[in-house]
Amino acid sequence: MEEKYIKHRYEPILPSKDEWPVVKLARERKEFVKKVSEKSQDRILRLTSQNPDILKEELETTLYREKLRIKQNPWVVDPDDDLDFWNKVKDALLQVNSETKLSKSQRLEAYREILQRITTRYSEEIASNFKHHHYKFTRSVVTYGFARLLNAARVKGFRSIFSNQYTLQDKIQITGQTDQLRDLATKGTVVMVPTHFSNLDSILIGWTISVLGLPPFIYGAGLNLFNISIFAYFMDALGAYKVDRRKKNLMYLETLKTYSKEAIQFGCHSLFFPGGTRSRSGMIESKLKLGLLSTAIEAQRTNYQKGFKDISGKVFIVPVTINYHFVLEAPSLIREYLSITGQERYYKENDEFSSSYKISKFLVKFFTKGSDISVSVGKAMDVLGNYVDEHGESLDKNGRRIDTQDYFISNGEITVDQQREEEYTFLLGKRIVEEFHKINRVFSSHLVAFTAFEMIKEQNQKLDLFDLIRLPEEEISIPYDDFKAACQKVYDRILELKKEKQINVAPHMKRSMDEIIQHGLDNVGMYHAKRPLIRDKSGAIVTEDMSLLYFYHNRLHGYGLEKLF
Amino acid sequence: MDSKNSSKVKKIGVVGVGSFGTAIANMLAEKSAVIVYARKSEVVDEINSLHQTQGRNLNPAIRATNNPQEICAQCEILFFMVPSSGFQEVTRNFAPYLHPYHLIIHGTKGLCLDLPAGQDLKTVQKIKRSQILTMSEVIQRETVAVRVGCLAGPNLSKELIKGQPAATVIASKYNEVILEGQRLLRSDRFQVYGNSDIIGVELSGVLKNIIAIASGALAGLGLGENAKGLLISRGMVEMVHLSTALGGGVQSVIGLAGIGDLVATCNSVDSRNFTVGYRLAKGEKLDQILADMEEVAEGINTVKIIKAFLETTDLRAPITENLHRVLFEDFEIEEALQFLMKFPFSVDVDFV
Repeated sequence: MEEKYIKHRYEPILPSKDEWPVVKLARERKEFVKKVSEKSQDRILRLTSQNPDILKEELETTLYREKLRIKQNPWVVDPDDDLDFWNKVKDALLQVNSETKLSKSQRLEAYREILQRITTRYSEEIASNFKHHHYKFTRSVVTYGFARLLNAARVKGFRSIFSNQYTLQDKIQITGQTDQLRDLATKGTVVMVPTHFSNLDSILIGWTISVLGLPPFIYGAGLNLFNISIFAYFMDALGAYKVDRRKKNLMYLETLKTYSKEAIQFGCHSLFFPGGTRSRSGMIESKLKLGLLSTAIEAQRTNYQKGFKDISGKVFIVPVTINYHFVLEAPSLIREYLSITGQERYYKENDEFSSSYKISKFLVKFFTKGSDISVSVGKAMDVLGNYVDEHGESLDKNGRRIDTQDYFISNGEITVDQQREEEYTFLLGKRIVEEFHKINRVFSSHLVAFTAFEMIKEQNQKLDLFDLIRLPEEEISIPYDDFKAACQKVYDRILELKKEKQINVAPHMKRSMDEIIQHGLDNVGMYHAKRPLIRDKSGAIVTEDMSLLYFYHNRLHGYGLEKLF
Repeated sequence: MDSKNSSKVKKIGVVGVGSFGTAIANMLAEKSAVIVYARKSEVVDEINSLHQTQGRNLNPAIRATNNPQEICAQCEILFFMVPSSGFQEVTRNFAPYLHPYHLIIHGTKGLCLDLPAGQDLKTVQKIKRSQILTMSEVIQRETVAVRVGCLAGPNLSKELIKGQPAATVIASKYNEVILEGQRLLRSDRFQVYGNSDIIGVELSGVLKNIIAIASGALAGLGLGENAKGLLISRGMVEMVHLSTALGGGVQSVIGLAGIGDLVATCNSVDSRNFTVGYRLAKGEKLDQILADMEEVAEGINTVKIIKAFLETTDLRAPITENLHRVLFEDFEIEEALQFLMKFPFSVDVDFV
């Protein structure tokens, strides 16, 4: 490999596991859950203006939605007493409603008690179950197991299974601001925000974090992943807390936010997938789910309020992009995307990643065939999106040091202004998207998919996206020379953008255009039954699946490259 | 940081002492201690010793300085009242002394451009939205201040100075900016409304200047009230479409900062933009008119920018396009008027 990647294993930044914030949190789990429950109650009471009638309405809405969920969309991971619990809530609500003699404050108190039961249950459900020996075990299984697979595949011959010639780091390349990340993680609290294309991302990031010598990060993983016991084990081991996307009621969302905020304040490094869910379209997230992001801002402000004004109380946002040639779930993701664009209609949260067989098959393919993944770590920012220097101090655009605390000051004092923080969250989201685009690394497969799709679009200018995707595949054929010229055009523009630091390219892109195209065609969506892009016998470029081609093409969306066509 | 905490009573800063800046400074001075910033030291001296500038009186309590650092250190709230042509420069001069706790409200009704080095309005034919900056976008791009607001509405300086009743809009994404602005400016002669669509409000103030020039031209031609009614109504429709294309909301255009300001400006000989149109119709050349105006008519620059922006869209803006012909392409006003009368406006209102 001509490429220089970070291949050595970093020393752990905190050698003793007892110092890991996540271990400390696990030790104090019980008290922590209680605290989260109480603080969520406060938040919800504040949001309902301490008014028993509004609170009652929220409780009833929650009850109604929860019962509906249990009936219409039950999952394996749901606790057995789910229905039981909500029936009891219902009884309790009915009882309070029927007691007409209660004064306003007595009613509020009665509803508050019900609220407490709910937030306690939710906090308990959300809280992670980190166990250090599980973490150690998982880490070695992942590293050892994968290394075995890898060597068996790449080093030919008997006994190759015991060879150590290749490690996972040959397969997954980590680039970017890794030293800064390691450094800041010892000084303040890090919130890592990666792009999200595949369910594999969480394991990948978990592994990356461990290679970089960082203590485990906590993160919210979709509860659906806990349906599969092997995943559940991994997730718990990695310090995941659970996010149930079926529950969209106020009580749940507030409890979840409180959990995230309190964990950041506790000093736990966290991981959010700010897109909220995997990118259905294959585009880099452009609109972020801001809910959890706001907790980073809130935690930062609270730290300032409590007087933690040095770097130990500072929250750093670190964007990360993950690049693949191949996304296992691409076919179903893009299908979902196409069916919901145009109209936001309700669709059931399903999980096509559910069969262990599928996953193992994918893993074997992944390790035995050459398809690389890169993880690029971006520059750290403060919660308003300003870059920070080596001391963690925020810098303005001209490199002047500024005090992040000043963003929360009015009339000389730190104030709590929810509306202001909503706007800040929005600003931070915008900055993260900008950074995603800057640190995104173009792969050969992205280039060929983008160019091919744009060429097909150019030839069929009258068709809208949906008709374009429904074009019969056998009618599409691009002469190789035209294709090569167009690829060169896009590639040149990408290099210009790279010069402006608007994008990055993978080292395999430094070959000749013929080689890049070959590499791209070999790799783009390589394990799909129907390949998005291949060369036919006559050498022309053809596709077997237009929607997959669209999916992989979308990776280069957002750079204005389509204007070249 | 230290100087900020040293005095309990916060001063309010006003940057720029043109007619509008002076009027606002006087209004602010009724309630608060005010410092004004002027670039020229003779202007500063004049204000500090004689309490006046360019023949306009300032409240004697107002102090002036030409030191950005000083005014930034003493004030947490700053009103930027400089013309768009100098806005980027002033903002850059202030940037090193601004902190995230500063609140900035501007009252400038113009646009700035963000073009590659070496290019300007004369060399480019087309301007994309991303290259056009409203003043709040300039502030956010050049400084660390995020809590930014804008002041717009029918606020002819002459009338404000006389203390006649009026109202304004403070627009900001941040409620706290609106509330602060209201607290500082509201009086029994001055009403202050809030609006969260800052881009829409900024654009309303900017775009109405185009229509004001056209209105001046109609008056100069000696046309009557029917023609003016026609212009204001069609002008508003054009503003709505342009504002939407540039990222503003429809509501803001039909509010105080849009239609309110439009009606005031289109009827006022005190408006600079109106005057430009009026004198054009009387047969003067643009160069002549500009040469003896003491402050800029923002509308002229706006017409150029919007014309270049139109080249990147398939939007038609007949009033702006024809005004551009008259101002820069030696078209006769009568010809332009004929063109407008024949233009196939078929639908009266097509935006609600």
